Amino acid sequence: MNKREMVIIGGGPAGLTAAIEAAKRNVDVLLIDESIKPGGQLFKQIHKFFGSSAHRSGTRGIDIGKDLVAEADQLGVDLWLNSVVSGLFKEKNIAVERQLEDGSKKMEKIEAEKIVIATGASENAINFEGWTLPGVMGAGAAQTMINVHRVLPGEKVLMIGSGNVGLIVSYQLLQSGADVVGLVEAAPSIGGYGVHAAKIERAGVPIFTRHTIVEAKGDEKTGVKSAVIAEVDKNWEIITGTEKEFEVDVITIAAGLKPLGELANMHGCQKSYIPELGGWVPIHNENMESTCEGIYVVGDVTGVEEANTALEEGRLAGIDAALKLNYIDESEANNIKDEIRKRVNGLRLGPFGEKRLKAKERLIEDYQNLSNIVK
Amino acid sequence: MGLSDKGFLSTEELKKRGRYPSEERFKKGPVAIIECSQEIPCNPCESSCNFGAINVGKPITNLPELNEKKCTGCGLCVAACPGLAIFVIDKTFSENLSTVSFPYEYPILPEKGDKVDAVDREGKYVCKGQVTKVMTSKAFDKTPVVTISVPDNHIDNVRGMALLRKKEEAKSE
Amino acid sequence: MNKRIESHPILGDKKINNMVEITVDGQKIKAEKGEMIAAALHANGIRINRYTVKRKEPRGIFCGIGQCTDCAMIVDGKPNVRTCVTPVKEGMVIETQHGVGKGEKEHE
Repeated sequence: MNKREMVIIGGGPAGLTAAIEAAKRNVDVLLIDESIKPGGQLFKQIHKFFGSSAHRSGTRGIDIGKDLVAEADQLGVDLWLNSVVSGLFKEKNIAVERQLEDGSKKMEKIEAEKIVIATGASENAINFEGWTLPGVMGAGAAQTMINVHRVLPGEKVLMIGSGNVGLIVSYQLLQSGADVVGLVEAAPSIGGYGVHAAKIERAGVPIFTRHTIVEAKGDEKTGVKSAVIAEVDKNWEIITGTEKEFEVDVITIAAGLKPLGELANMHGCQKSYIPELGGWVPIHNENMESTCEGIYVVGDVTGVEEANTALEEGRLAGIDAALKLNYIDESEANNIKDEIRKRVNGLRLGPFGEKRLKAKERLIEDYQNLSNIVK
Repeated sequence: MGLSDKGFLSTEELKKRGRYPSEERFKKGPVAIIECSQEIPCNPCESSCNFGAINVGKPITNLPELNEKKCTGCGLCVAACPGLAIFVIDKTFSENLSTVSFPYEYPILPEKGDKVDAVDREGKYVCKGQVTKVMTSKAFDKTPVVTISVPDNHIDNVRGMALLRKKEEAKSE
Repeated sequence: MNKRIESHPILGDKKINNMVEITVDGQKIKAEKGEMIAAALHANGIRINRYTVKRKEPRGIFCGIGQCTDCAMIVDGKPNVRTCVTPVKEGMVIETQHGVGKGEKEHE
């Protein structure tokens, strides 16, 4: 059984910044990620981020990703890639299937003093006639294919969902050379930012609000060949006679994300159901610590937001863990944490951010209301 | 209506909200138009302007305010805006033609002189346009800014060009 | 149809790295060394990975990041390999998986 000071599960934006802040203060950090390289969703974000220019807004996600990975590497963060944490057991014991240098796999057990769970979220699916046909996939899957693998999943795409993921991936599909024939949104209004919608409309992508997917048509030799959409009424029922068919070979579903909180659940960390954050999320306090002492939860796993909030939450956990491990003094840590909290709450303003701000406040309240703190 | 189901405001609506340059300013030369209409924490436009013509301030959800007098229409903000929501319009280009500059991050970049389909905010064809300038620069971080000329009477509608599908499409006649 | 994105306005031009040869259902195809099997197949116009047990329906990638298993195929004789997260190797033998895999007993 290995003993490590700090183990971070998930090397996306939140995991990386947690690793960096802790490693800067000489904490021994092990970062475990199941992928072939760290970065999580960052390397799919080829667009410029919003946010504060004091904190790298206007920079493309991929460039932020490159910088973070380089910084973690420079600080000597120990990195286990292609390695899957399969269990998180009481007293902060981690079971991980580690990939060794020769490519073989070995089960290891680690006892950690501090753990950061940064496992992110996964895409929701919606089902409709023909949804299992090859060519029907998550919007994130299409994004991975075009931005990471540099391969087109098809030539003509119908996008389902007008949240920021649906809008941004539609744009990225156009940039990769695909044709997006339309985007359907069942609600009467667009879910994501107006500017994201505006830029794809300008590029000729029609957005059909109050419309939903009825059927994916195709055959078993080729997969999807066309999509049927129709208008819906106030009760989300399809209005017969409004069906429109589009020739497409790909249908992408952008129907939201749900946090991957299984490891936190295994350890007994308490959770709350908060729809605005994606469903069940592990509860945390203002330092990102869960109801299990010494276990932090950061990034999308504790509420589906965006890369910028994940970066800040990771920093908060990294600093607090370094403090609790006595690598930084309390007043310095508190000053830094206050700055981070100001910045992250600054990202939760406006009509889009407010809901998330209130939801995060409820989560912190839930922590305070709970009387059982599980070790 | 408009912003919630389309994502953008019409020119009339922008004028009503005081978010469109005055005709007096248009007579003086190119000027930026910031078509950013929702409160989102975002302010790189403010820091991108070398003339201090854009103000967001705090909180950073404030809509950007353009100082018409300070704006020179240089186009730096067009490339800097992550939402690709800023345009530069020059109504003084020539006797009958005005130009609009917009960000264009698509596979096939047009070239100066190309004849293209000028489109409105919904991507609908308005008229034929001609590319007068294509700006690319390291400072733009891979966001080229394309300028096209169109007849004066269309300039308040045109905000882009139809995407080029093949290199041959846009050659000048 | 070549579905590789050779030039991209943000990602730049794609340099072709080492090519390897793999076999898919008996057919030799070229793939880029280290790329994910599912991506190599897509680049060669193949997007059906397997057929389901009961209804024998075709499946292809759905999540694309190793969570849903819709992309599973038989790789070098081993079934249920998630092709979207498994890189290609020179000489790899890939087969469309029917049901739970060759030689495995299916559920009644």
